[in-house]
Amino acid sequence: MSPGRSIAAHAALITWTLIALFPVFVIVINSFKSRKAIFADPLALPWPENFDLIGYQTVMKQGDFFLYFQNSLIVTCASLFFVLLFGAMAAFALSEYRFRGNTLMGLYLALGIMIPIRLGTVAILEIMVASGLVNTLTALILVYTAQGLPLAVFILAEFMKSVSDDLKNAGRIDGLSEYRIFFSLVLPLVRPAMATVAVFTMIPIWNDLWFPLILAPSEEVKTVTLGAQVFIGQFVTNWNAVLAALSLAIVPVLVLYLIFSRQLIRGITAGAVK
Amino acid sequence: MGALELKSVTKSFGSTEVIKGVDLTVNDGEFCVFVGPSGCGKSTLLRIIAGLEDATAGDILLDGKRVNEVAPAKRELAMVFQSYALYPHLSVRDNMGLALKQAGQPKATIQAATEKAAAMLSLGPLMDRRPAELSGGQRQRVAIGRAIVRTPKLFLFDEPLSNLDAALRVATRIEIARLHRDLKATMIYVTHDQVEAMTLADRIVVLRAGKVEQVGSPMELYNNPANTFVAGFIGSPQMNFLDAAALGLQPGQAGIRPEHLAITRHQGEIPAEVSHVEKLGGETLVYARSAQHGLLTVRLFGEHDYAVSEPVHLTPDRARLFEFDSEGLRRV
Ligand SMILES: Nc1ncnc2c1ncn2[C@@H]1O[C@H](COP(=O)(O)OP(=O)(O)O)[C@@H](O)[C@H]1O
Ligand SMILES: [Mg+2]
Repeated sequence: MSPGRSIAAHAALITWTLIALFPVFVIVINSFKSRKAIFADPLALPWPENFDLIGYQTVMKQGDFFLYFQNSLIVTCASLFFVLLFGAMAAFALSEYRFRGNTLMGLYLALGIMIPIRLGTVAILEIMVASGLVNTLTALILVYTAQGLPLAVFILAEFMKSVSDDLKNAGRIDGLSEYRIFFSLVLPLVRPAMATVAVFTMIPIWNDLWFPLILAPSEEVKTVTLGAQVFIGQFVTNWNAVLAALSLAIVPVLVLYLIFSRQLIRGITAGAVK
Repeated sequence: MGALELKSVTKSFGSTEVIKGVDLTVNDGEFCVFVGPSGCGKSTLLRIIAGLEDATAGDILLDGKRVNEVAPAKRELAMVFQSYALYPHLSVRDNMGLALKQAGQPKATIQAATEKAAAMLSLGPLMDRRPAELSGGQRQRVAIGRAIVRTPKLFLFDEPLSNLDAALRVATRIEIARLHRDLKATMIYVTHDQVEAMTLADRIVVLRAGKVEQVGSPMELYNNPANTFVAGFIGSPQMNFLDAAALGLQPGQAGIRPEHLAITRHQGEIPAEVSHVEKLGGETLVYARSAQHGLLTVRLFGEHDYAVSEPVHLTPDRARLFEFDSEGLRRV
């Protein structure tokens, strides 16, 4: 690439990055400021004169934030695990085995991409009440697994079609079971796709307010997003605390993202060597 | 141990019939080559023998026992794939030993078998590498080694050389021929390249569109093709097909191989005009166009000079002429 084009491309990408990161930046800087300072000059950096940890102190004192974090992490990680496991298994079956109704089944499983799961909220709530799962993390995990599966199956099935038939057949001739073929031959080769699916699945789950509010609002099963809502009142909002809670909520999801994106890059470079 | 028999095997994918009734016997210790154009069903037939595809109808017998329902790993055969299909996460050693490990063999046996195969293929220095760290030729040797380690009754090769460059292809071809002599195992080898078929095979099976066209030794097929398809497929450059009536024979086609067509400057049976000359050093190929028969190829030994557009005369060796009827079947 010529230097001119390279500079132009970098300028465009940097501009876009700045725009995308600006709201996050504003949240983080303001979380370290006093309430007055936030309203006086929202874009000012936290200098010693307006530096204030009151938001974080409130968050730590009020409510059990550590528990909320733990709940969010459990829900996100468990849902992610089930989405990837079941999604990959369904995708393998759809892409590998010829059976009657294969295409129809694939379309049926992909239907969920177009139909938002929230349309079924009332029915879901009824089911959860009937099965006694209201106010449990299990309820959330089940719903999020269902929510994440369609896209996971759709993306992974496409990727699995591209895994060499010869490799799977070599495994069969050498006496590997279908499970071994799936776990030790196919899954490692679709790791970049798994990482992509993981990122796309994880973020909406972590950020969701809807289902925690409806299915699990009680104190001991609250997630972070729901926990942060206690600071948003009808008349007064404790901005320090809200911003501090949101800043803290970014951290775990950022860590997860870093893990997956490293997998993603490793997968891409491994493919290039082959 | 390792005789194979196919009895009216057919295979359909949905409504398309890909294998249309194949009957075939491969004797113990034989090197049998399936040859045919791309898409004629060679790989499908091989996968049916391996048990990776179910036959729609018909029986597959190994050593006289019907194996239609036997799993691939239990058929005591090994397969070498066109794309090598090595396990990317295992070292060369583990790639070669995996089948024995799955079969529950003791470590010492596996060790001895892999070492022996590695010595046969001079893979010694590569044993601890991953497939990604090997060249194409080395990968294919490992794939062959992985097959040898299992001491199978039957070896299946699916176009194992087609991803290699020309020099490596010849070297690996010779290596496979040597392995067959040393191991005395039954081998079935699929290729679309008639040179590989001719050089390796004890017996060639020519396939077209899911049907067996002819079975025979390389020289039988060369000297005695059953129809125009086999005649045209076996032998390189391709056989010339002339208009039989114009040569004073029964109407139909008359086949003559390029090496049995004489070329002279002054007098001969078929007047033609040189349209292209290929000099290969050891031999010269002259392409000449005749008004009656179209473009004909002449193969000459050694170096010869012919100019493009030069008028020439071609004379087929009558004793080497094959007569085919209008259906393309050989006249007897
Ligand atoms: N899994 C499959 N589903 C549908 N058609 C197939 C499948 N495998 C092979 N075919 C078809 O069967 C024919 C023969 O294929 P193949 O055995 O691979 O040919 P060859 O190895 O001789 O080139 C081709 O026309 C191919 O399209
Ligand atoms: Mg093939």
